[in-house]
Amino acid sequence: MTTATVSHEGALPSRLRLGDAVIARAGVALLVIWLTLTIALPLWALLSKSFQDSDGTYVGVANYIRYFSTPTLFGSIFNSLWVALVTAAIVLPLAFGYAYALTRSRLPFKGLFYALALLPLFAPSLLSAMSLIYLFGNQGLLKGLLFDGEIYGARGIVAAQVFYCFPHALVILVTALAMADARLYEVAEALGTKKRRIFWTVTLPGAKYGLINAAFVVFTLAITDFGIAKVIGGQFNVLATDAYKQVVGQQNFEMGAVVGMVLLVPAVLAFVVDRMVQRRQVALLSARAVPLEPKVDRARDALFALYCLLVGGLIAGVLSVAVWASFITYWPYNLTLTLRNYAFGTFDPEGWSSYFNSLIMASMVAVFGTAIVFTGAYLIEKTKAAPGGRTLAHLLAMLPMAVPGLVLGLGYVFFVNAGWNPLNVFYGTMVVLVVNTIAHFYTVSHVTALTALKQIDPEFESVSASLKVPFWRTFSRVTVPICMPAVLDIAVYLFVNALTTVSAVIFLYGPATKLASVAIVNMDEMGASAAAAGMATMIVVTALLAKLLHLVADRLLLGRLQAWRRR
Amino acid sequence: MRSVETSGWIMKDPADPASLADGGAAPGAAPFLRIRNLTKRFGSFTALRDIALDVRRGEFVCFLGPSGCGKTTLLRAIAGLDLQDVGTIEIQGRDVSILPPAARDFGIVFQSYALFPNLTVNANVGYGLVNQRRSRPEIAARVQELLELVGLPDQGHKYPLQLSGGQQQRVALARALATSPGLLLLDEPLSALDARVRLRLRDEIKRLQRRLGVTTIMVTHDQEEALAMADRIVVMNHGVIEQVGTPLEVYRKPATAFVADFVGTMTFLEAEVAEGASVRLGDVAIEAPAAVQFRKGARVRVGFRPEEVKVRNLESGTANRIEVRVALLDFLGAFCRARLELVGTEKIAILADFSANLMRDLAVCEGQTLAIALPPESLHVFAKE
Repeated sequence: MTTATVSHEGALPSRLRLGDAVIARAGVALLVIWLTLTIALPLWALLSKSFQDSDGTYVGVANYIRYFSTPTLFGSIFNSLWVALVTAAIVLPLAFGYAYALTRSRLPFKGLFYALALLPLFAPSLLSAMSLIYLFGNQGLLKGLLFDGEIYGARGIVAAQVFYCFPHALVILVTALAMADARLYEVAEALGTKKRRIFWTVTLPGAKYGLINAAFVVFTLAITDFGIAKVIGGQFNVLATDAYKQVVGQQNFEMGAVVGMVLLVPAVLAFVVDRMVQRRQVALLSARAVPLEPKVDRARDALFALYCLLVGGLIAGVLSVAVWASFITYWPYNLTLTLRNYAFGTFDPEGWSSYFNSLIMASMVAVFGTAIVFTGAYLIEKTKAAPGGRTLAHLLAMLPMAVPGLVLGLGYVFFVNAGWNPLNVFYGTMVVLVVNTIAHFYTVSHVTALTALKQIDPEFESVSASLKVPFWRTFSRVTVPICMPAVLDIAVYLFVNALTTVSAVIFLYGPATKLASVAIVNMDEMGASAAAAGMATMIVVTALLAKLLHLVADRLLLGRLQAWRRR
Repeated sequence: MRSVETSGWIMKDPADPASLADGGAAPGAAPFLRIRNLTKRFGSFTALRDIALDVRRGEFVCFLGPSGCGKTTLLRAIAGLDLQDVGTIEIQGRDVSILPPAARDFGIVFQSYALFPNLTVNANVGYGLVNQRRSRPEIAARVQELLELVGLPDQGHKYPLQLSGGQQQRVALARALATSPGLLLLDEPLSALDARVRLRLRDEIKRLQRRLGVTTIMVTHDQEEALAMADRIVVMNHGVIEQVGTPLEVYRKPATAFVADFVGTMTFLEAEVAEGASVRLGDVAIEAPAAVQFRKGARVRVGFRPEEVKVRNLESGTANRIEVRVALLDFLGAFCRARLELVGTEKIAILADFSANLMRDLAVCEGQTLAIALPPESLHVFAKE
């Protein structure tokens, strides 16, 4: 028995002893610098730009005064608010019904219905707008159904936004409704409560925070989206298109900055109010809750099946119109199929290269973004180095949630493009596109990583310290393997969003780095809408393939690697 | 506070660090662990207040107290996991006060086991050995040796989730011992287990500790666990040490009313100090030698344990003989706990344990009147706070 006699104290190289703390501190410092550089400073650049004239001289609020004394400019505020509010008012009840069907009924093929409704997540937002134009536009297939109406303008924007925002609201509401304690319903029934009253007193209060959250998410998405308004907005001006016109069209950077700041206000307000509301939420579901199993009710299930078929079918149907149109010879007069629209080179000088640029960009965002986000979240959650630094890093990481992509993109224009900034060599390069996209989608990835890390025993780091194993070895040998599902989730989320995003990158691409989503906007602008639809189809197919690969990897690969999860 | 120094027991004064040193070992031998002036605050809350403590080599010490008393904070300070604000910690004469955990030479076991779920039992136990650049067969042999030590010789290929809670805690123990640390820290290691497993593992940990002779500190809120396992118990409350002593000392001669109440059961009665080592409970005069240290007329609390109440062999001359009524009987298996009310003064209630034997012989039943005696030497007298 050597246990008591052999002592190993002092047997370790001394460099290990201080290494842990120093490296953790250095990691936190790097993280703070990175987040400051990629999130805080661009926003600061935007803010200061809005107080300068075109020569960079400080002019106070002169730009704002000019903005608010130009009716065509500040009128967009009301347009944007109106569109966003109407969109939220339509999406919320629709998505609630759909989520209710998915969670509280015995609807058949739930997985399929869920997948149908999530389809818009894999397409650029403007795809639904393009579809609506193919259906109801000047040369629309079903133009007659609109009677005298026009699809271009507010109603087109709202209609397209509804499709685009629906899955975002659905995901939140499904999560909210899925968490239910069957015992509450049993008690209500035992007390002889009517079904309607149970719905108002148990179901709805339980989903309250989900509903509020979904409302704010939809509102923010709708008010900040650029692609839809660009494609189908016509003469109807909204903030997002104003910013684009000022910067790209008129090279009026100061006014673009002001529009960006104006756009930031509702987004930040929505974010702050939502945070305040969510803070009041207490865990409704204790560990002892009994999961709710919907009872058999054929009439109800049939009704919900019909509803889901209608809504899900509409979503898939409308999106596939644009896909279909991309194979059409001459819409709507010659409906024979062709691949000619996929010869992108004939419509746009960059041709297919924008697609491959997007592929490279999205892959880099997925790889580097996941590494940065997950390591950052680990440093914040699991190390004890530099408490102030970690709090700051967390705040910076939460910031992009409140910042519309378009605003962040503008910030990058002013920050990276500035003459004094040594980083301006990166302007228009792949580097800036990748960094900007990582920053744009940082918050959701960060929260996903944090959630996964919080579920891990907080004493792992203490144990490895006591065993004199440096924390980074435990990170790579234990933490990352355990969190592999979350890591893959983050990677796919970043990949898909990097492929489909338009708003931030539209200001940042260079001649050699045009992206597929930008090419769609350009080709659509030039009237080559079939080619634009073709490029959008390529993005959808790629994003869906990535998701499919993720599902297969999750099922097969992780099933084998994560044998330890089986009891 | 120092109310019980009347008999042969000599209590150590917790406020005087010098008296804590080596509690009985060869004089002059340096303690294994030496803590002085330790203070830790969380915001405005003081978790530890000026703690002083010595632990001898090879000793099994329990930190005992209610939740929030600072016992876990003290353990984590010793481990270096949460640094103290003020104070020094020395291990084997080496000042480790501000050293990171990796430089301190200890093994630790948590209530949550904290086993790495994606590594096999073998890999978990060998986790700290791999870092010591030992050869693979050497590590394998050491892991096997440790698994045999904790009674899991052929579970090495399994993953933690495939083991029961008790088995997982044994693996955690083996992992903590793998690097032969000089100090073993146990943070409520048995609290997550069910009663039966807890009892068995309690004995095994104690045996293992004796066999290896490793200095061990265990945090627990379970007084029974502390009494059964510890060589010395450190009773804590509100961030200060209330008493340090052997289980017998802590139980028989509690230094404060808190210790008396927390360790074991005790009846407390409000009383007033009277002439000649006696107190008055309402109208009844009670002989209590421990009262001499209080001035006459002082308000005090008189305490005694339920098992000290005498019922048999009472004579007319037996001291502190009183008449009581049996108000309530709780059947607890081997014995009954009775609630006795003083005849004439129903407000004064006394808890007493009656053995099954006694219950049968005296045919005790609720409502009955009974003569009992409170042996004067078993009475503790505490200042009223």
